[in-house]
Amino acid sequence: MGGEIAIRARGVGKSFRGTGRATSLKERILRMGHGTAEPFEALRDVNLEIAAGQTIGLIGHNGSGKSTLLKILTGILRPTTGTVEVNGRVSSLLELGAGFNGELSGRDNIYLNASLLGLSRKETDGLFDSIVEFSELEEFIDNPVKHYSSGMYVRLGFAVAVHVDPDILLVDEVLAVGDEAFARKCLDKIAEFQREGRTILFVTHSLSLVDEICDRGVVLDHGRVVFDGDPQFATGTLRALLGTAEDTVGPVEEPEPGLEFGPITIGDVPGRERGEFTGGDPVGIRVGMSVSPAMAPTVGGVVVVVMGAGDYPVWVMDAERDQLPTEPGDWTLDFAVAACPPLHGAFQVAVRVDDRNGTAIGVERSAQTFWVRSGQESGLLAVPYEVDTEVTAAARPGPAPVQVGTGTKAGRGAG
Amino acid sequence: MVTTTSRERSRAQGRVRWELLVGLVRKDLKVKYQGSVLGFLWSLANPLLLLVVYTFVFQVVLKSGIPQFGFYLLSGLLVWNMFAGAVGTSTAAVVGNSGLVKKVRFPLSVLPLSQVGFALVHFVLQLFVLLVVMAVTGNTEFAGPNLLLAVPAIAVALLFTVAVSFLVAGLNVRYRDTQHVVEVVLMAGFWINPIVYSVSLVKTELGDLYWAYFLNPMAGVVCAMQRAIYAQNPTLPGGSTVLAADGYAFYLEKLGIGALVSAAVLALGLWLYHRLSADFAEEL
Repeated sequence: MGGEIAIRARGVGKSFRGTGRATSLKERILRMGHGTAEPFEALRDVNLEIAAGQTIGLIGHNGSGKSTLLKILTGILRPTTGTVEVNGRVSSLLELGAGFNGELSGRDNIYLNASLLGLSRKETDGLFDSIVEFSELEEFIDNPVKHYSSGMYVRLGFAVAVHVDPDILLVDEVLAVGDEAFARKCLDKIAEFQREGRTILFVTHSLSLVDEICDRGVVLDHGRVVFDGDPQFATGTLRALLGTAEDTVGPVEEPEPGLEFGPITIGDVPGRERGEFTGGDPVGIRVGMSVSPAMAPTVGGVVVVVMGAGDYPVWVMDAERDQLPTEPGDWTLDFAVAACPPLHGAFQVAVRVDDRNGTAIGVERSAQTFWVRSGQESGLLAVPYEVDTEVTAAARPGPAPVQVGTGTKAGRGAG
Repeated sequence: MVTTTSRERSRAQGRVRWELLVGLVRKDLKVKYQGSVLGFLWSLANPLLLLVVYTFVFQVVLKSGIPQFGFYLLSGLLVWNMFAGAVGTSTAAVVGNSGLVKKVRFPLSVLPLSQVGFALVHFVLQLFVLLVVMAVTGNTEFAGPNLLLAVPAIAVALLFTVAVSFLVAGLNVRYRDTQHVVEVVLMAGFWINPIVYSVSLVKTELGDLYWAYFLNPMAGVVCAMQRAIYAQNPTLPGGSTVLAADGYAFYLEKLGIGALVSAAVLALGLWLYHRLSADFAEEL
């Protein structure tokens, strides 16, 4: 990577006050003495380091904190905890119409918007024709923008945002608006930015787009970064979170009567929750379930599946009949792993309870997602390896290039 | 590793730039007078209307005895209108631009500042028209060294206007009560300042506390503007004079006090605005 850091977020958290704070003195006086409403935590401990020139897709389900994060990185919202450092001129396109004034013409809005984003009038003069051409609004440029359609709004907004010579472009789900042709044009522009070494961060729901153009994917879930790395893995992780991936442990459905799942916790020792691990750390998975007297003799085994991106089973642990309690009641099963394998990614746990014939009588998935990092930048597993290169034949004169085996990077995995 | 240029570029984006301010003032002017035939001439309508009404009330009905009452009134009224106009619109400057505040990162200080700029443009034009009318009608008392007094007077007025504008713009985001308080205070301010009556009445009423009257920077500004433009000091029926004093020392002293008070309010206003502005996008 280029080495220069475009954006660095450290321990960023954002909580919004529950029902909003008092906006008048009257309310403030009335609320005195009453506890304030529970704050809503939109982001928790987000650590993100984006090197200049990277293209990052920020994905997550609705309400996962994507837009909040983008607003914090833009400098519009202030993080409740943590720090954000941004290096370079930022151009952002958040929602429709990036602050256009409806009464003004497209022309005036271009000047105003460019000016807000840090351009001088002279610079805007030079870019004006190019902006109008990109937006394809030549005929309407002197009409008030209040008469524009939403597609025209986005075209104008995007045109301005990409013409102000940004070092960092932040785009929030706007490519979905506007027609196919314009979306293509935007993507071409993004590709051009990539070649020019600009940093791009965009929020999108189009997972195929992330696969296609990003070199890194970041998945947010309930305000936490649950995956950060290879875009294919990122989209797989999100699909797993959304439950749109094919299930390898069988469908999650109501367990048979008499069996009820309690919480499934992942920690360093069973029962103590923890979200981040490094390869080699001890991992403890605790499964709680309550079993009725009728059900207790039927249970034949409990299978714990640790799943990676796309619900791919990474490893499986099971408790046989003779390891399970015989009496009914609340069961707590602890699975202790002495050393976590040198993995990289976000993982979830699924638990399946079988009867004595091996038929599933209940499947539950952990609400908690945990992270494992073992030093490798991508790839599921850190594998120690060595690279040996050798020239097998002396170079012959001629156009044929010399075949040289090259290794990329020395493995940093803990093994 | 971060190059200085990219750091510089990100910092430059957060700075208040003159060009941006001018652009915003132009935008406001354009939006305000869009679609109106007379356009900018309407900005002269308001002081003209006040002139007619107050001249009738104070000259004809109440017989204040101030000669050339219209010119006396406008000398103080125009600068007060600049203050009141800027403070009034600044109150809603952040709340009214929520679309911008929530979507674009830009130096938020330009919001109240552009409102002051907008009011200043109107003030300068109205003042120009007033001087032209006075000259044409043969009232050339203003032409002389006394007119120079308008320079420090307007400077203090601007300082105080900026100070209060920051204060109310920031406060109104957190407490929407601010706009109602501002409305009432501005209304009271019009009568507290010696715009429609002579400051000598205040002097008689307040006696030893007369100095405290000038802790309000606008009082000194209004008096100084009257000295600079009205520029005559006839004796009223009661024996007192229309203006506060004949020379300049009195005005410069009061303007000095006004400047100090304004600076203190400005420090408070800027501190508060910057403290609150980090959460503007969230509170709107």
